[in-house]
Amino acid sequence: MLKYVVNRLLSLIPVILVTSFMIYWAMSLTEGDPAMMIAGDGASQEMIEQIRHDLGLDQPFLLQYFNYMKGMLVGDMGKSYVTNKDVFATFFQYLPNTLYLGGSAVIIATIVSIPLGIYTAIHQNTWKDTAGMVFALFGTSMPNFWLGLMLIIIFALHLRLFPTGGNFGWKSLVLPAVTVGFGLAALITRITRSSMLDVMRQDYMTTARAKGCSEKRVIYKHGLKNALIPIITAIGLQMSLVITGSVLAETVFSWPGIGRLVYESITRRDIPMVTGSIILCSILMCIINLIVDLVYAFFDPRIKAQYSKKG
Amino acid sequence: MAAKKRIKGRTMFQETWHRLLKNKGAVIGMAFLALLVVVAVISPFVFDYETDVIGQNLAMKLQAPNSEHWFGTDEYGRDLFARVMYGARYSLAIGVGSVGFGLIVGTILGSIAGFYGGKADDIIMRGIDIFYSIPNILKAVVIVSLLGTSTINLIIALAISCATNYARIVRASVMTVRDLEYVESSYAMGLPTWKIILRHILPNCLSPIIVQTTLLIGTTIISASSLSFLGIGVPAPAPEWGALLSGGRAHIRGASYICVIPGLAIMFTVLALNLLGDGLRDALDPKLKK
Repeated sequence: MLKYVVNRLLSLIPVILVTSFMIYWAMSLTEGDPAMMIAGDGASQEMIEQIRHDLGLDQPFLLQYFNYMKGMLVGDMGKSYVTNKDVFATFFQYLPNTLYLGGSAVIIATIVSIPLGIYTAIHQNTWKDTAGMVFALFGTSMPNFWLGLMLIIIFALHLRLFPTGGNFGWKSLVLPAVTVGFGLAALITRITRSSMLDVMRQDYMTTARAKGCSEKRVIYKHGLKNALIPIITAIGLQMSLVITGSVLAETVFSWPGIGRLVYESITRRDIPMVTGSIILCSILMCIINLIVDLVYAFFDPRIKAQYSKKG
Repeated sequence: MAAKKRIKGRTMFQETWHRLLKNKGAVIGMAFLALLVVVAVISPFVFDYETDVIGQNLAMKLQAPNSEHWFGTDEYGRDLFARVMYGARYSLAIGVGSVGFGLIVGTILGSIAGFYGGKADDIIMRGIDIFYSIPNILKAVVIVSLLGTSTINLIIALAISCATNYARIVRASVMTVRDLEYVESSYAMGLPTWKIILRHILPNCLSPIIVQTTLLIGTTIISASSLSFLGIGVPAPAPEWGALLSGGRAHIRGASYICVIPGLAIMFTVLALNLLGDGLRDALDPKLKK
């Protein structure tokens, strides 16, 4: 297992290098000359050349990228064109807010959805199942930024229970976290239910019942444990959704996180901030994916065995 | 002889279709989607794009829904009903286009990786990891920054996300069935590998692919509208549903209907797709056949 972890960690390095290279390359091709943007209107040609030289933009592209990545290792990813703040420091200043929002959303979603998924699977084809599935259907069908807007209209503008935005204590977390978590909860409920139903048709469930296991033990020990693999994959797959949801919810609720940072940087065409944030977000996602894979191996001994054979 | 023929009955397609029609949700979903396709097809004939859909009329701005403007008007006095109806064209084209493209690419990659394992698996999955490691919305930001804001570029950006999803799911499914006895027996019978993958492995992974497709067309429509909401999807003044919501956001206090109606359009479209998908899943699942 340790060998597997080390292998996976090592395999992250090329992934991070290729990802960051592609992003850096793509962003460097975007319209607009950064030197001219910084110099502003009416700047002389010499001044623009000087800025270009200071930024290292007159060097070959590969060298620029190499210097950029070297800088990243020591926390130097350049400065914003607009605010002149350090990109690396700004990202890590905003990151905790996004993790706080995303984490709360995942916790809310998991607490609601896994029990609901099991419950609906056990009561398949009854009204309880239908009610649960109607909730899940609406949840997966709703764009979460729209849900955010509706929550603002109902709970902030009409009922005045929560603030419309910003980050001022737990009250301002409620609406954004529900916005991000609702769709996620619906998805996990659907997947838990369908996975449980698949498992419940298996022969080993019948065997477990035949040998006299209590129904609870059959469902949780024999059923859920086998059904968990697709559920964990699904939660892992949805981490990207959490980030996406956070970008949107942060925009809707003016929540000071990475999403809002990226959104504002795009609208201001602040390329270093966009590039830096996206590269750092991708590295974060690689780490999250690795954790998901490890959890996956932990829950499924077959996968663990396969990797230890390979590794 | 005639009696024998009757017993022979239906093809697999007819069987599935028959079962699908028994599912109320799927029928409602199909009916709604059919209606939506009709709306998308006829809207250019009913509304003139230049005058009805994007033509401004500031004298009529921000009117609440009334008999003349069923859904009200936006901040430029444009009729929201015409814009929402016309917007169906964008959502459907983007949803189906991106998922179709992603399905083909993702299934090919996923089945190769899952079936052959080893080096092929490593190379494909690392490639997928690279694309996958960038959250969809940020990937779209990069692609759209690179290619420029347009509907086609949006479809490309979303298709890449779909393909990575398919590849992962197909690979996982293929891995679980590739060592089963019926695959071994196909080998023993001397079938070529591509035939085994296409005829024996993929049909047995169909259930997750279908569930994923239904979820994906829906989520792709949502993603497209999310990107337009952020201003990096379908460029203005096109009446994409997300773009309508983005415009309405500034008027959430005074004219909240602008924020409500396009969202309902997205929600019901995705709801219909999900209902149909669930119906298809039940209809196609051979385990339920009995």
